[in-house]
Amino acid sequence: MDMTTQGIPTAQPYVPAKPATAAKVVARNVNVHYGEKHAIKDVNVDVPDQAVMAFIGPSGCGKSTFLRCINRMNDTIPICRVSGKIEIDSRDIYDPSLDVVQLRARVGMVFQKPNPFPKSIYENVAYGPRIHGLAKSKTDLDEIVTMSLQKAGLFNEVKDRLNDSGTGLSGGQQQRLCIARAIAVSPDIILMDEPCSALDPIATARIEELIDELRSNFCIIIVTHSMQQAARVSQRTAFFHLGVLVEEGETEAIFTNPREERTRDYITGRFG
Amino acid sequence: MTAIYFITLVFLVAAGYFLASQRAKVLRAAPNGAALHSLPTYHGLLGAVALFVPMLIVYAIGTPVVKMLATTNAFSFFPSELASDPLQRGVILRDVGNIIDGRYQGDPSAALRDAAASYSSTFSAGRLIVLGTGVVLGLASLFLVLSRISPAFRARNLFERFVIAVLILCALVAILTTVGIVFSVMWETYRFFFDPALKGRPTVAQFLFGTEWNPQAALRADQGEIRTAFGFIPLLTGTLLITLIAIVVAGPLGLFAAIYLSEYATPRFRAFAKPILEILAGIPTVVLGFFAALTVAPYIRGWGEGLGLDVASESALAAGLVMGMMIIPFISSLSDDVINSVPQSLRDGAYALGATKSETIKKVILPAALPGIVSAFMLAISRAIGETMIVVMAAGLAANLTFNPLDAVTTITVQIKTILVGDQEFDSAKTLAAFALGFVLFFVTLMLNIIAQQIVRRYREQYD
Repeated sequence: MDMTTQGIPTAQPYVPAKPATAAKVVARNVNVHYGEKHAIKDVNVDVPDQAVMAFIGPSGCGKSTFLRCINRMNDTIPICRVSGKIEIDSRDIYDPSLDVVQLRARVGMVFQKPNPFPKSIYENVAYGPRIHGLAKSKTDLDEIVTMSLQKAGLFNEVKDRLNDSGTGLSGGQQQRLCIARAIAVSPDIILMDEPCSALDPIATARIEELIDELRSNFCIIIVTHSMQQAARVSQRTAFFHLGVLVEEGETEAIFTNPREERTRDYITGRFG
Repeated sequence: MTAIYFITLVFLVAAGYFLASQRAKVLRAAPNGAALHSLPTYHGLLGAVALFVPMLIVYAIGTPVVKMLATTNAFSFFPSELASDPLQRGVILRDVGNIIDGRYQGDPSAALRDAAASYSSTFSAGRLIVLGTGVVLGLASLFLVLSRISPAFRARNLFERFVIAVLILCALVAILTTVGIVFSVMWETYRFFFDPALKGRPTVAQFLFGTEWNPQAALRADQGEIRTAFGFIPLLTGTLLITLIAIVVAGPLGLFAAIYLSEYATPRFRAFAKPILEILAGIPTVVLGFFAALTVAPYIRGWGEGLGLDVASESALAAGLVMGMMIIPFISSLSDDVINSVPQSLRDGAYALGATKSETIKKVILPAALPGIVSAFMLAISRAIGETMIVVMAAGLAANLTFNPLDAVTTITVQIKTILVGDQEFDSAKTLAAFALGFVLFFVTLMLNIIAQQIVRRYREQYD
């Protein structure tokens, strides 16, 4: 596949040699423009199910932008244009007949800064199930809330104060509350946009443990600035640079034996 | 004389600034001079302040004292019973002033002429003394500052204290003005209810619970007894009825307009529509009153007749509708600002869960913006309760106790205006009733504000 390299001599985008068989998300020739700016250039990637995939790369490389394509959060930005094809379970998510609201119910998202709603802990988690009508009764809803908080590893800390405000929790607890909120609508995929960048090391460790536990039930994609984090939690890693997907593969392989010069330079800390 | 004092003040302040900053600069420029704690500008500012404050205080205290002394001296030429009669006192003072200005008609009496001479000499001498004292004290405090200037002198921190003092003073002026207004209204209200010299005054209970409002006063003694009644209930119901109509009109319209502008409209449309909406707030209420009386009221009347209803040509409905128009921009503009300030991360969080736009607005944004929206409503309600002109023109003067929006009603503000327009004597119950009404109006608005704050505290959903 031939493409413009935009002044980067070795910018050959990575094309997977053979598509993974259990690919949950498949992206082909994805391009994103912010007005005049070409933010994502011909990205091709397969994301496996029941695994954690990490997107790494220097600031402004487009990894968050690409992440936000997968649940079409970029739709809320008027100047943003997405072209190419992204499929989830072989279904094109940019197909006009697709309901974006339902898509987002299947693709949960956790943000950089914890953003609990200014409501009680219970209401935060119950919000998603309520708007999607997932609970038939109050007991159902209680159960969903409890289960989600348990899966997010928060239940024991908050079970006595479910009616307190979610914004009163610590930063790490807030982020786990946001994860519980995302889990509550039982998505297939969870997107995490630098979920630990606003947290202290202990809270970060808890979230990382949690991600590892959640892996068995979800397809998780995490954007991170920390290469150690990518190495710790992910099975596959993709390295983005200047809007181009430079290299993608098994996390172990990327960190010990990268094929590309630029990947090696970034991982060893020569730039970024 | 005042001009001379202030010209001297400005000149000295400039000189003080120059002297103090120059002195600091000299210290800095001196060979093996130590580094200054503060920049020379601060030394200069401090010097200027050191001059300015004492001189201003001397003027503020000295001028009235001089005036008082001069007046006392002038009255020493008159018998004491003349001086103690306020009316005579005023006449004499005016004559003295006229003689000094050379505007006195005719030939003044000897006593008056002496008084004028004494007044004028005391006055000019006193003012010279004030000027002298001001300059001396100002210079003394300037030299105190100059003598303390050294490399370690913390001019910067001292000037900070002056800034704080000025800010506190400004805040105090606003607060004291409010307190002053409240107390003056309270005093007149007290007289209205309890001054034994006042004829026809009602009791507090009659005022608060009476259902008839008829504040007539006998103009001549031969008119005999005129039935007066100061029952405030019809005015309260009139005010509340019109306010209710206004808020029923403006509340939904304003809030929905705000939601549209902040969440749905394109930035270009918003930039164009919001200022237009705000122009509505700039229309003088007298123009809106015109519109209410000449356009809306006849229309409502015609429409009511078409339906076989009996509509007064001045109706609460007309006034309320137009007042609603008036307060739309208060609600929409403030609510729009509040909704916009809800963090984008909350919207993202809701969208990422698969919420539609309206679900996000209803369940996340509006609750988060509630305190601001409530205060926008409160501001609008306060405006509506205090509004006079529209109601004067469109709602009428008849104090009917009714909840029918098609009847003519009157409001507290309209009655205050009606009572106080024209020549008034301030010892009749009719006139003082205006103060009692003003006090009640103030009290009602205060209560509404307190209730609103309680609501906000109870239901606020705090982000961040």
